[in-house]
Amino acid sequence: MLKRMGRELDTTGAMLPIGQATFPAPFKSELEYSCSARGTWNIVHTGFLVPEAHEIFACAAGCLRGVVLTAAEMNAQDRFSTIEIRENNVLEGDMEDLLIDGVTDILGKLPYKPRAVLLYTSCIHHFIGCDLKLCYARLRERFPDIDFTDCYMNPIMRKSGLTPDQLMRRGLYALLKPRELHPKKLNMIGNNLATDKTCELYTIAERAGFSVTEIHDCKDYDAYQSMAEACMNLCFNPVGKAGGEALEQRLGQKLLYLPLSYDYDEITRILGEYAAALGTETPDFTGETALCEEALSHAKTVIGDAPVVIDYTATMRPLSLAKLLLTHGFNVTAIYADSFTGEDRGDFAWLQANHPDLPVYATVQVKMRMLPRETSEKTLAIGQKAAYFTSSPYFVNTVECGGFYGFTGIRQMLLLMEEAFVHEKDTRKLIQIKGLGCGCV
Amino acid sequence: MKQTARIISTYTADVSGVNSALFELGGMTVMHDASGCNSTYNTHDEPRWYDFDSMVFLSGLSEMEAIMGDDDKLIDDIVSAANQFHPKFIAVAGTPIPMMIGTDLRAVASVVEKRTGIPAFGFSTNGMHTYVQGASAALEAIADRFVTEQRPKTAQLSVNLLGVTPLDFSVNGSAEHLKTALEARGITVVSSWAMGDTLETLQNASSAHVNLVVSRSGIGAAKVLRERFGIPYVTGRPYGKFTDKLAKSIQKAAESGENLCPQIQRENAKIVVIGEGVSAMSLANAISCDPVIHSHARFIAATEFAECYLDREDRIARDEDELLPLLGGAQVIIADPLYQPICPKTAKFVGLGHEGFSGRIFRDEIPDLTESLAWLAERL
Repeated sequence: MLKRMGRELDTTGAMLPIGQATFPAPFKSELEYSCSARGTWNIVHTGFLVPEAHEIFACAAGCLRGVVLTAAEMNAQDRFSTIEIRENNVLEGDMEDLLIDGVTDILGKLPYKPRAVLLYTSCIHHFIGCDLKLCYARLRERFPDIDFTDCYMNPIMRKSGLTPDQLMRRGLYALLKPRELHPKKLNMIGNNLATDKTCELYTIAERAGFSVTEIHDCKDYDAYQSMAEACMNLCFNPVGKAGGEALEQRLGQKLLYLPLSYDYDEITRILGEYAAALGTETPDFTGETALCEEALSHAKTVIGDAPVVIDYTATMRPLSLAKLLLTHGFNVTAIYADSFTGEDRGDFAWLQANHPDLPVYATVQVKMRMLPRETSEKTLAIGQKAAYFTSSPYFVNTVECGGFYGFTGIRQMLLLMEEAFVHEKDTRKLIQIKGLGCGCV
Repeated sequence: MKQTARIISTYTADVSGVNSALFELGGMTVMHDASGCNSTYNTHDEPRWYDFDSMVFLSGLSEMEAIMGDDDKLIDDIVSAANQFHPKFIAVAGTPIPMMIGTDLRAVASVVEKRTGIPAFGFSTNGMHTYVQGASAALEAIADRFVTEQRPKTAQLSVNLLGVTPLDFSVNGSAEHLKTALEARGITVVSSWAMGDTLETLQNASSAHVNLVVSRSGIGAAKVLRERFGIPYVTGRPYGKFTDKLAKSIQKAAESGENLCPQIQRENAKIVVIGEGVSAMSLANAISCDPVIHSHARFIAATEFAECYLDREDRIARDEDELLPLLGGAQVIIADPLYQPICPKTAKFVGLGHEGFSGRIFRDEIPDLTESLAWLAERL
């Protein structure tokens, strides 16, 4: 009935040796395939990080389907409502009325009063020229004790300007209202997963007398609003940076962009800048690097020469991680990524120069649907997509670096790799769960 | 207000219906969309996605392509993929933005067909209708294009099953049991549209005596086969004892050439079934003639359905606001579990998972009621 045809295909167009790849987008834009790995968060998951907020999506039924069921799988339907756009709305141009009356109707029916509403509009509003400013103004008039913010489900913009993911992470903090800034308060922003509190960003802040708040720490809306008091925002996720820039402009909170890295020198430099910004001395990281070397050595004894494959969903810096592992004798055999961020540029050049044959596989290229998903030997996959494309049950089940950062982040990643290499996982089951770490079942 | 949902889900959209209907037939389906439709389809609407490499892809429409009306890129990309994979056919299905900018997907398909020599279809889906509309259009196109030859009728009374997708039949054995239930009553199944059979098998459809429309997704193909080969169709899904009634109607339709929609007399219904039109209607009929349940049921079709199939107490309703008044007075409500939050507390709720509504969430709990309603009777 249905048979695999991948063995008849070659990898042309879906794979390039990194030495032949162009930066930042090595592959041609063509038809796309979506694999079964679902651990990355979507805009529904991220929006629910705002405590006591209600999400309302306004779009066509086909677009609602995915977000409605995301909320259902989180068992969060009571914080989620929809307004369905139909053909007549497009033809009659009553989009503003539909939005205003729809939100009003929903808020009137809710059994509780949300402190805030995240209102998601869609590609249709964008293309039809819906007057969103008018809509928000009317809603704020009607519901003066509810805060509204604009969120977007407009994937058609993913190739121009800020992506929907960047917009969502910016929108996450758009509800913060100006407050007097506290000189000893910091925020950590831009992450879906909570940052590991043992990392250097926390320990340095503590030593300098600063407190650090992340949205995950906020149990209620008032606690969330207190994030407006921080004098600085820390961000290490590239897609969170736009949110930090917006806060800097709007609330005067200085943005400290401290990109994730797996390179000792880069981490040391970044943490040095961080310490200086907090007015404290740069710590001596000699001990930290020694601990990382120990951890690398230990992981190497466990993993040996087994192939290691890495995908871009596991960490924001897959090439930096690949470089670290290759320089410590690990057998990195493939990278799965459709494009790279600006932060990857240096590592990309290094890999081109030192490991030009390292294969880079696209994850959305249509041939990836058909090419054999198997490996001939025990393979450690770092990330769900890497696990899927190799069918490896030995995989690090994480997204967005798991919230681990800095030298401690390197050690945590190595621990995860060791654990993954020793203990088999149910790849099929685990990677299909949406929004890893968000509570989805 | 209509069009709002405070809490309930929404049905699989037309574009996913196209994908689902064509999934096993060896074609290549392209959703003309920016993104989102693909992950929604393969996460929530397609239980076969992980295990079977059907060619369902996304065009990745960008803002600039939409503004500039750049259909050439879409066509070039489809042709490029088709030249690599050599699918048996190509389908292009639209989403909201192609509808708004007036993309002529039939013209796109026509150009693709000329350039590849592969049969191609364009579907003007827009994500604003339910899957039954998309699946029906897709199966209609398959019938129209590939079932062109009158083949000898089978010696034994036979049917094609039209409208079989996991969205209504899940992957719990129901699709297979449709065949066994009919075969047990002396009726051969020529083809199943479209789970479990190949495109080549579907091309034998003209050898069947009758078409059995087991979900509304099968109506488009039924009409084509009626018009082209004079094959009558019976509307209804085999459930429990109702299958006997269906079997008699199939026999009668074969003899008379009439299209039939058998009904059990239903009155003073205390049970309400909500769901896809044909399934909900058939289940209401099956409950009403079940020797154990001893109660009558009415139904609410929550997807596109035909008024002519409604009995006095049956309705078509889609929105929360339309549904709520129809649930008053019900003693029992049988529906997908995601309907429960809007059901009156005074009614007993029996959750009957439906992939077309709740996707994969309750997949492991969806019962196969084809042979018997015992599972349901235990819960009433």
